[in-house]
Amino acid sequence: MMKASRGLTEEALSKQTDPSLLKESGLFKQLTNRYSESRGKFLIFSCALLMIVAVIAITLFLMVQGLRSFVVDHINPWTFITGMQWYPDSATHPSFGALPFIFGSMAVTLLAAVIATPIAVGTAIFMAELSQKWGQRLMQPVIEILVGIPSVVYGLIGLLVVVPFMRIHFGGSGFNLITGALVVGIMILPTVASIAADSIRAVPNSLREASYAIGGTKWQTIWRVVIPAAGANLITAIVLGMSRAFGEALAVQMVIGNARNLPHSLFDPAATLTTIITLSMGNSTTGSVLNDALWSLGLVLLLISYLFILLVRFLSRKRVL
Amino acid sequence: MKKKSLLTIVSLLLAFSMVLVLGACGKSSTGSSTTSSSSSSSSSLSGKLTIGGSTALQPLAAQAAKEFMDKNPNVQIDVQGGGSGTGLSSVSAGNFDIGMSDIFAENGKSIDASKLADNKVAVVGMTAAVNPKAGVKNLSKADLIKVFTGKVKNWKEVGGKDVKITLVNRPDGSGTRATFDQFALDGKTPAEGITQDSTDTVKKIIAQTPGAIGYMALSYFKASDNSVVKLSIDGVEATDATVASGKFPVWAYEHMYTKKAPSKLVKAFIDYMVGSDVQGKDVPAQGYLSVDKMTVQRDATGKVSSK
Repeated sequence: MMKASRGLTEEALSKQTDPSLLKESGLFKQLTNRYSESRGKFLIFSCALLMIVAVIAITLFLMVQGLRSFVVDHINPWTFITGMQWYPDSATHPSFGALPFIFGSMAVTLLAAVIATPIAVGTAIFMAELSQKWGQRLMQPVIEILVGIPSVVYGLIGLLVVVPFMRIHFGGSGFNLITGALVVGIMILPTVASIAADSIRAVPNSLREASYAIGGTKWQTIWRVVIPAAGANLITAIVLGMSRAFGEALAVQMVIGNARNLPHSLFDPAATLTTIITLSMGNSTTGSVLNDALWSLGLVLLLISYLFILLVRFLSRKRVL
Repeated sequence: MKKKSLLTIVSLLLAFSMVLVLGACGKSSTGSSTTSSSSSSSSSLSGKLTIGGSTALQPLAAQAAKEFMDKNPNVQIDVQGGGSGTGLSSVSAGNFDIGMSDIFAENGKSIDASKLADNKVAVVGMTAAVNPKAGVKNLSKADLIKVFTGKVKNWKEVGGKDVKITLVNRPDGSGTRATFDQFALDGKTPAEGITQDSTDTVKKIIAQTPGAIGYMALSYFKASDNSVVKLSIDGVEATDATVASGKFPVWAYEHMYTKKAPSKLVKAFIDYMVGSDVQGKDVPAQGYLSVDKMTVQRDATGKVSSK
């Protein structure tokens, strides 16, 4: 990509000196001429602009829709975020307390990270440090396949394998918080593993050689030198995996049980922000209070994902310094 | 060559995004263009129809649309799901020509029912589905309410085996949930349990979880299928006959809503839906009940009267 565009610039520069081209350099000519500098600039700039416009438009749209429930329907924002009761359809006492869902999303995300991190970092170390040949030949394709499996497949396997397993061994219905976290944890494994492997590979070889030079074993080198050196990047990998877990809807919805109460244990059914939105959105009418409240849940979801991105930016800045 | 292909890719991407934008803009005007194209043709029917909403009615609508298109080759009918709420909102906004719904538009929040015309195209009976290990086949309505409101936690308290009760609910705003709460639970709010949207998933969960109870349309119970038990209420078995005679109370109309003054094509399709072809053949084949067979009728407030 870089090489190609540099070649393009050089070519364009050499062509620009051609007097016949300079003569007819109107705006139209600039845009139609294949070697024109401004046409390339225009195309690239439009692409970048489109991305920025999309991000701003989505944020604004969600803001406008999500704030409706507070502005138009007069739901108290504080009780929305801290309330424990979610009965938007109740004829007598409709209540909009989203805390159980915010808690559910957070709990699933953190538990998924706890489940995925040791395995992912272990895989990354295997790929990048212990067995680079096997890592490249076998693990890389395996991870790519794992990334490519659609989330509905993870959900189906969760429903037919993990849920009965949980029910038989831990009691209850099998639809619970830990089942959801387990399924999502496996889903984010490949994401975390491949970014973690990249960050381990990025550790300069001089550090490893220095460790060996003072008599460090392979294990000591990995544990005391490579992992601390890759530290901030490893955390970035985990946070990126967490932000994927946070936004996952389909697979979680199939196994978590979607109960609107705050779970009392890991083996109680729970619900997340995404599962409540996907379950109820199609059944709610545009402009109804339920619909507005669901948009507000979406806004909360967006704001929390922005927090994740800020966290990633903060962590990667730390590494540069 | 390489530079050229890069530029081509970039411009293709741009063109593609433009198509997306234009497509999104064009979608909202589908309704109006349909009306104009169908009203301009005088003799044979042509044009495009978009139907969407309730997933409970979707299979019947899709089947009827297929047959209608076979008879009128110039007509293009698009049947989508989306849920009853989406059906009502979209037909009000003009995005769908026909909105399918399990609930009366009068009961849809922030829907102006006076602007919509109701067409009842079928009736769906529903009952509770119970896991076979619970050991119950019949419950009194009072016991059913106790089970769903969480007052009873074990099946042995209502005459079943010593198995814990697990509730399987539908999400807020679901037409199935609204019908079951209103007519089986007498308007009581069910206690919390597992919540799932799709009937297939609900059935799967009830079949594999000992002591689970949920509810679904009668068409999902098959005589040859023992994975879930079809629950009788107050000794009345849920069958097409008991629903039609009004003895079994848990049923709902399937509505097709249109604007008050529908286009010729919309009207032709609705006439086809309520006509003998669909009502006599497709409706029973897909497990629904024909509206004509009902000896009772019900209004939007839930009041039942004999026809």
